[in-house]
Amino acid sequence: MEILKVEGVNKSFGGLKALNEVNLSVEQGNVHAIIGPNGAGKSTLLNCFVGRLTPDTGTVTFMGKNLIGIKPHEINQAGVSRVFQTPEIFGDLSILDNVVIPALASSDGSFTFNAWRGVRKRAEIQEKAESILEDIGLAEKKDVLAASLSRGDKRRLELAMCLVQDPKLVLLDEPTAGMSRADTNNTIDLLKRIGERGITKIVIEHDMHVVFSLANKVSVLAQGTVIVEGKPEDIKGDPRVQEAYLGGAHI
Amino acid sequence: MDAIFLQILNGLDKGSAYALIALGLTLIFGTLGVVNFAHGALFMLGAFCAVTLNGILSLSFTTIDDSRTDFLGNPLRVETPYVESWFGPEIGAAIIQWSVPLSILFAIPVMVLVGLIMERGLIKHFYRRPHADQILVTFGLAIVLQEIIKYFFGANPIPTPAPPSFAGSFDFGVWLGFSPGSIIYPYWRMVYFAFAIGIIGAVFAFLRYTTFGMVVRAGMADRETVGFLGINIDRRFTIMFAIAAVVAGLAGVMYAPINSPNYHMGMDFLVLSFVVVVVGGMGSLAGAVLAGFLLGILESFASMAQVVALFPGINQIVIYLVAIIVLLTRPRGLMGRKGVMED
Amino acid sequence: MLGLNKKDTTLLIIVVIMTMFAPFILNPFPETSQLAQFNAGYPDLMQRFVIFGIFAIGFNILFGLTGYLSFGHAAFLGVGSYAGVWMMKLLTMNVIPAILMSMIVAGLFSILVGYISLRRSGIYFSILTLAFAQMSFSLAYSVLTPITNGETGLQLALDDPRILGVSQVAGSIPPASLFGLAMRDSYEMTLGGWAFTFNVGYYLCAVVMIVAFYIAIRIFRSPFGLMLKAVKSNQQRLNYTGVNSKPYTFAAFVISGMYAGLAGGLMVAMDPLAGAERMQWTASGEVVLMTILGGAGTLFGPVLGAGFIKYFENIFSKINDTILHQWFAALPDGIEDTLVFLIHPFIGKGWHLTLGIVFMLVVIFLPGGIMEGIRRIVDLFKRRSPKDEVSGGAVPSAKAAE
Repeated sequence: MEILKVEGVNKSFGGLKALNEVNLSVEQGNVHAIIGPNGAGKSTLLNCFVGRLTPDTGTVTFMGKNLIGIKPHEINQAGVSRVFQTPEIFGDLSILDNVVIPALASSDGSFTFNAWRGVRKRAEIQEKAESILEDIGLAEKKDVLAASLSRGDKRRLELAMCLVQDPKLVLLDEPTAGMSRADTNNTIDLLKRIGERGITKIVIEHDMHVVFSLANKVSVLAQGTVIVEGKPEDIKGDPRVQEAYLGGAHI
Repeated sequence: MDAIFLQILNGLDKGSAYALIALGLTLIFGTLGVVNFAHGALFMLGAFCAVTLNGILSLSFTTIDDSRTDFLGNPLRVETPYVESWFGPEIGAAIIQWSVPLSILFAIPVMVLVGLIMERGLIKHFYRRPHADQILVTFGLAIVLQEIIKYFFGANPIPTPAPPSFAGSFDFGVWLGFSPGSIIYPYWRMVYFAFAIGIIGAVFAFLRYTTFGMVVRAGMADRETVGFLGINIDRRFTIMFAIAAVVAGLAGVMYAPINSPNYHMGMDFLVLSFVVVVVGGMGSLAGAVLAGFLLGILESFASMAQVVALFPGINQIVIYLVAIIVLLTRPRGLMGRKGVMED
Repeated sequence: MLGLNKKDTTLLIIVVIMTMFAPFILNPFPETSQLAQFNAGYPDLMQRFVIFGIFAIGFNILFGLTGYLSFGHAAFLGVGSYAGVWMMKLLTMNVIPAILMSMIVAGLFSILVGYISLRRSGIYFSILTLAFAQMSFSLAYSVLTPITNGETGLQLALDDPRILGVSQVAGSIPPASLFGLAMRDSYEMTLGGWAFTFNVGYYLCAVVMIVAFYIAIRIFRSPFGLMLKAVKSNQQRLNYTGVNSKPYTFAAFVISGMYAGLAGGLMVAMDPLAGAERMQWTASGEVVLMTILGGAGTLFGPVLGAGFIKYFENIFSKINDTILHQWFAALPDGIEDTLVFLIHPFIGKGWHLTLGIVFMLVVIFLPGGIMEGIRRIVDLFKRRSPKDEVSGGAVPSAKAAE
């Protein structure tokens, strides 16, 4: 079943055409990687999904719901969660609270005036938050301020913040950027485990190692257009992809 | 028609003060990224430079003139200012009368020093702190400065006269072909306006035509990149802070004859100047100047009897009202750039 | 207890004890002793402690939790005061309608101001609130004179209708009261050299403050409060987490506006008059000082800050050179005079100078205010204890920060 459908999306910044008639279709349960050289428009495309940017033309439909022109919190409430390229967390709150907040958001909606009953009294929320921390291995540190975590841990925390919401679709923007090889492998394992939950994921990635160990479908973006789409094995050998990456440069 | 001219003229002097303070605020904000709530206090310090010099020049010694008696029959005590005894009565008296313009020379080194101490001693440590912290610490500094002034000069306004040559008023009405006496404008306010234009012109020319100014402008646009070029931008920014302090100080010196300086004049002007900066567009120098004059003139129009009769109280609130409308409809102000203070 | 965890219950009990026994605690020195001037246990000052405590608790719900720095909160207090006096003029001298109406009117006014101001954030928000407050201040002085009585301030008059009560009693205005208990009534108790005053008005304010404090704890510990903390921490992330941050900040703004109105209403209940100077931006600045000084974002800090400022304002303003000379009388004359000369600028009318300096020092060195100071001292002692060293106290704990 198709969960996300992108049709004819165009986006220009001044004279620069960042996205040119992008079409994309993401199947439910897939890990769909979007790869491409720097400046191909990958992040721009992702920003169009979460309401940070509005495309000039085209549609983005998520499970039959139009995502264009609606607010970031509405997109999240529809079931799309995002992990940022640089970890975005609530630095001066505890790790537990970092996970409790998204859990509350998905159970209570975008606004509820629940100013009386204590957070800690919400057993279902607490349990869910603690179990997800257990899952990613941050349970012991749950009372520590999130800002004090290492970069890799922050990323894991952010992933936990997404997962606790039981999203239908997770957008991962370079989940392993700037990580050591060991951390990268850990993250891949973590993502694979999440994969078992059957959550659809869109991954933007530079690292081919990550792409080929995770994705079951790959779209290659170059100069704002999808040039090739297919299974990872097929993409590997495709001359158009090599052309796009090397850009005709003679190395 | 003559009434309109009169109101425009009346708005110019206050507008000049707004523009000068707002210009300094914007320079500091644009270069250092600091929201300076103590900037009004610098304006006030300038005004008290004029008061101080006036006091110093009027320092007198007392002699007893036996040939004359006072009303109690005692020998008359005559106070003679030192300057009069040094330079002779005529030149001495002239020096005292011209103390306000002379204070410019006195205020420049004082304000440079104050600016340097403030920036190096305090503001420097707040570059990377949140804007709320900057507001709070400079707010505290403003309180301290105004209380110090209150301690030394008392709470009452101190009249500081302009030189007698500028004491009178000019009849603009006759000059523009209206009936005599319709537009009367004090000379000193004209001087103030001209002075403000001169200062503003000098600051803009300095930023435009000197290498120093070019670097500063580049720094305002993109601090990091300029830093990468290996230019020591921080030192230049310190100097810019001193310049902004001097601008505010001189605005205060020359304002002393218009409104007798008191210790809380800085706060009074600060609130309005911040509104001016926001209306002009945070970070835009031209916007600050433009909004300063516009709001000064607008305030003057709003206090016309006919307008007040129509909208009672409008003269009190017009600036705030405009600020609210501008902020809601043009959040970046009249001439603001994108991305300044938006996160 | 009362739906609070152990730590918060302890805190609440401490506050209850402190406020209930304040007439004792604040009067530690015998009447006749030289130190009696440091006593603060008289009704007028104690009322100010708790009323400004309420104001600061409310301000903290906005500034401490969301980080939105309002420079206009005194306007809500002022508006509340006017509403309170009008209730006493029109309805009755019973303080209940006055206090309730103060909260309602301040709440409505903060809905208006908040709705507009919260469209912007950061310094723009600060300027907008400042503009609204200054506008209210100017209007109260000029056009709104029929409602506010301009510069004189709004006062009760003998011929006010007071339709639910009596217009006058034996040719004078009846005192503000709570079902027959006059606010200004006091019970004096003398114990040896000590004198203690138990004032009805103070106890009303104290009970209201305890309730206000309890509500603040509930808000802090609720999901709503957590969302407000998240607004301060990373508003953008919060939006991407599926939370619409706007209604949260708006609700916090209105709640803190109503707290300010409550404080204004209590001021009127204690002393039935209202003036425009209560709305001036320097008055807004004062509550900012209190909150920061005590510790923004902490539960108890703002109360502490309010008490600290009001206490020292009172004490410092009373000290003069004669008293200083008495203190240092034991020292050699030269040193005595020098000390008095050095301290002189900071006392009496120089209190604001001291306040400004203390405030700057706090912002520079102790951004978390008095509460952070206390925590640092406690940490210092903890670190010395061997038990903590084993468990590695280097990890900053979120719990300690609260």
